[in-house]
Amino acid sequence: MSNHEAVKRVPGAGLAKGLAVTFRTLLRRSVTAQYPEVKPALPARSRGAIALLEENCTSCMLCARECPDWCIYIDSHKETLPAPEGGRERARNVLDRFAIDFSLCMYCGICIEVCPFDALFWTPEFEYAEYDIRDLLHEKDRLREWMWTVPPPPENDPSGAVPKEITTAERTAGPLTPGAGGDRDGGSEGGAGE
Amino acid sequence: MSTHVLAAEDLSGFGTDPWWLIVIKVLFIFVFLVLSVLLTMWAERRILGRMQLRLGPNRHGPFGLLQGLADGLKLGVKEDLVPKNVDKWVYILAPAAASAPAFISFAIMPFGPQVSIFGHQTHLQLTDLPVAVLLVLAMASMGVYGFVLAGWASGSPFALLGGLRSSAQVISYEIAMALTFVAVFLYAGTLSTSGIVDAQERLWFAVVLIPSFLIYMVTMVGETNRIPFDLPEGEGELVGGYHTEYSSMKFAMFFLAEYVNMSTVCGLSVTLFLGGWRAPAPISTIWPDANTGWWPMLWFIAKFAMVMFIFIWLRAAMPRVRYDQLMKLGWKVLIPVSIVWIIVVATMRALRNAEATTTTWLVVVGAGLAAALVALYLWDRAAEKRREAKETAKEQEFATLKAKPTAGGFPVPPLRAAHYGSAVRDALEAPRPERGTSAKEVTGA
Amino acid sequence: MDISERTVGVGAGAAQTGDAVSAKDMATEDMVLNIGPQHPSTHGVLRLRLRLDGEQIVSAEPIVGYMHRGAEKLFEVRDYRQIVVLANRHDWLSAFANELGVVLAVERMLGMEVPERATWARTLLAELNRVLNHLMFLGSYPLEMGAITPIFYAFTEREYLQAVMEEVSGGRMHYMFNRVGGLKEELPAGWTGRARATVAEVRHGMVRVEEIIHGNEIFRARTRGVGVLTREQILQYGVSGPIARASGVDFDLRRDEPYLAYGELGDVLRVVTRTEGDCHARFSCLLDQVAVSLNLADACLDRLEALPPGPINQRLPKVLKAPEGHVYQWTENPLGLNGYFLVSRGEKTPWRMKLRSASFNNVQVLKELLPGNLVADMIAILGSMFFVVGDIDK
Repeated sequence: MSNHEAVKRVPGAGLAKGLAVTFRTLLRRSVTAQYPEVKPALPARSRGAIALLEENCTSCMLCARECPDWCIYIDSHKETLPAPEGGRERARNVLDRFAIDFSLCMYCGICIEVCPFDALFWTPEFEYAEYDIRDLLHEKDRLREWMWTVPPPPENDPSGAVPKEITTAERTAGPLTPGAGGDRDGGSEGGAGE
Repeated sequence: MSTHVLAAEDLSGFGTDPWWLIVIKVLFIFVFLVLSVLLTMWAERRILGRMQLRLGPNRHGPFGLLQGLADGLKLGVKEDLVPKNVDKWVYILAPAAASAPAFISFAIMPFGPQVSIFGHQTHLQLTDLPVAVLLVLAMASMGVYGFVLAGWASGSPFALLGGLRSSAQVISYEIAMALTFVAVFLYAGTLSTSGIVDAQERLWFAVVLIPSFLIYMVTMVGETNRIPFDLPEGEGELVGGYHTEYSSMKFAMFFLAEYVNMSTVCGLSVTLFLGGWRAPAPISTIWPDANTGWWPMLWFIAKFAMVMFIFIWLRAAMPRVRYDQLMKLGWKVLIPVSIVWIIVVATMRALRNAEATTTTWLVVVGAGLAAALVALYLWDRAAEKRREAKETAKEQEFATLKAKPTAGGFPVPPLRAAHYGSAVRDALEAPRPERGTSAKEVTGA
Repeated sequence: MDISERTVGVGAGAAQTGDAVSAKDMATEDMVLNIGPQHPSTHGVLRLRLRLDGEQIVSAEPIVGYMHRGAEKLFEVRDYRQIVVLANRHDWLSAFANELGVVLAVERMLGMEVPERATWARTLLAELNRVLNHLMFLGSYPLEMGAITPIFYAFTEREYLQAVMEEVSGGRMHYMFNRVGGLKEELPAGWTGRARATVAEVRHGMVRVEEIIHGNEIFRARTRGVGVLTREQILQYGVSGPIARASGVDFDLRRDEPYLAYGELGDVLRVVTRTEGDCHARFSCLLDQVAVSLNLADACLDRLEALPPGPINQRLPKVLKAPEGHVYQWTENPLGLNGYFLVSRGEKTPWRMKLRSASFNNVQVLKELLPGNLVADMIAILGSMFFVVGDIDK
């Protein structure tokens, strides 16, 4: 663009150019998506809301502790399961309360990353604005509802390393048959990580 | 001159309307202006939207046509804040003072020729005066009071600066604007708007008087405080300018004034330069009846809309000029060019009136051309010299920079430099002008 | 510094002000004008206290801190993954570049080797982030000058790029995609192709952004020769980034102290400089840097596709502790030098993490730059300093 400056300018050329560009654009289609009628197509990784798969949660508190602004509230109590035939009694954590305060949440995704039991997921849903900020505190039933909107994760780039979930699965359960691995496994076929 | 006589005769058709017709006309003008404001706002936002890859308002009514109405209602029911230390009377008076004169100008705008309304032959124009165009200028000057008073009464620096800018701008652009009218008057031989429209029966003044027309286009933007000349309300600098402290209906009045002013200058440009209500050339040649009856109203509105579009288009494409640049353009370019052009027009008219021979024409035109060429040559020489001087200055600067090894590398700041009040610097380097100006100098080089 | 502030009443109250320069003459008063903290041109809450003589600025003082969030203090009680969350928020327009600084510092502290794929992907994303950042200013700067259209053109392009960034990281602004040892997760399949298409589209769209404003006579008249920063001022105030390069300070960490994969991109990486040092030069620098960054992104995509399969991050221990010691890591952020001085006492949080943000240093020079200019020029200059208030106030 430095040569632009060197060229002697015709006075008014810049103004004319601006007028021309705007007029050209006037005749073009606009790019606006009419939001409430047309929903945005969000990618699977989009960080809209956090969904909780309650069944997987062991109330280990890792997410609550790792959260940078401590917006996850967990209450739980221990329950003792009666001893099965010839066995011992077992203690189990029962989740009483799991709440995320989305008015505090910074949407960093650390809780999801640290969850060792795959109980937390991102969903691209974003339409949960409220008139009262207190309503942004989602309790576990509401977080569970988000689960229905969680999309399957995208296939990985074929030239990436095979995800550790697949390598561990292969180690423990033998080689996965093609097609049986579901979405996650799609990348490994092309990638030929072996 | 024959045109004079004609114009004087024309005006006899005015001022004879019965009272009910006058009321109808006044109402029509009012409704026309209010509607044009609403529609212009809508069109502006839609067109701007499309020029910016957006859609613009499209929710209220078909195509969002009722958006302006919704906005008006919203403004009306908003809280009317009056800051504590305003000059209350003036503060309340200012919006009215700004918007009332804007409406008056349209009284002399000819929408069409004589038509019959309920069996009464009348012009499609509220009234006409021998000095009709001057009325517009006078009203424009009156309108400035609104802005200045608003700026003064608000008691806020932003508003004050906005009001001051507004008055200075409108006054200086009005001079240039009036000068462009002079050329039109010279050609039309009258100041009455209907007379001027009649004078353009064969050829639009926009064609005959191109320089005047172009200057008018610039001044009309300046006069109405629109981008690129919207300094009085340039939100980047002055937040809202003179209407910073206004809210609710009072703000709406300023808004209305701005758009009615736009309508006025658009109507004036159509009347003075674009043939008024007369159909544009291809239509009137094919269809001789185009200029009779009620049709001219359509042509007028079509031309009106076209000029309005230019306003909107400019807004989409231009940034705002700086205040001093605006004044420079007004005083150092537009006014001198206008004056020179008027001299040329006057000479031509005088020659025509004197029924000059071909030789005289040739001599005058030849002399004019020769003078222009000589001036151009001299100017070019001067420009060349300036350029050379600039280049040498630049080379010299580079040479000095090269010779000075202290022009250091990045992480090590030069220890003796024009800053922190370093006393060492003065001892080591030749005295330089003050910091504020030294910066300017470097660019010049 | 005098802390007694004299507010001069203007308008209706102008008559009552005492303290005239000389009592008996027609004394003129300087007027104090507060630009901000809430003003359309301050991008948030920067406050400038100006003394005006008419419309001319006599003195200017940037008053910062309205948005201070204590990021550095917060760093001290966050582990190295949580810091990334905070780090990408001080300059919200260059989130990726900011997180990069943190993780590079920690990686250096740990002596950690990052997989090659991660390095190239980081370079790519950093350049895309740079384009995003620059597009913002290419749009907002003309807006401050009254041109309302360029910002929509710039944001259209931004939108395409943000879609690409969102697909890979899940975020449109705060990507949170860097981790110590690499990136958070593998790129989605087919993403590189889409990124390449978007880069091409943005390159095409940049023509429009340039045409509408760059050559515009009014724009040039308002920006050329206005707010000239000299090389000396740049060096003294530690101004960096495109602003410094517009004044002829040819310094770019990407070339002069290569990090990530920039060392191998020498043939694509052209450091854009100007000599004028005025607002227009700064704007042109930004415009050209977008072109360079898009080229870099293409080069990165080429390399990324040619790389042998491999991981994109390192397996980390459950608790990550940086060894005792300190390290300073600086990167060429879109707005200038961004440095993190990390002091660790061997714990899982830093003992101290000092943040050197580009905007903070860049706006300091305003004090020197503004006096003598008109208020209208103040807008042109302020806009051309390309700052993010969060980056100033931290």
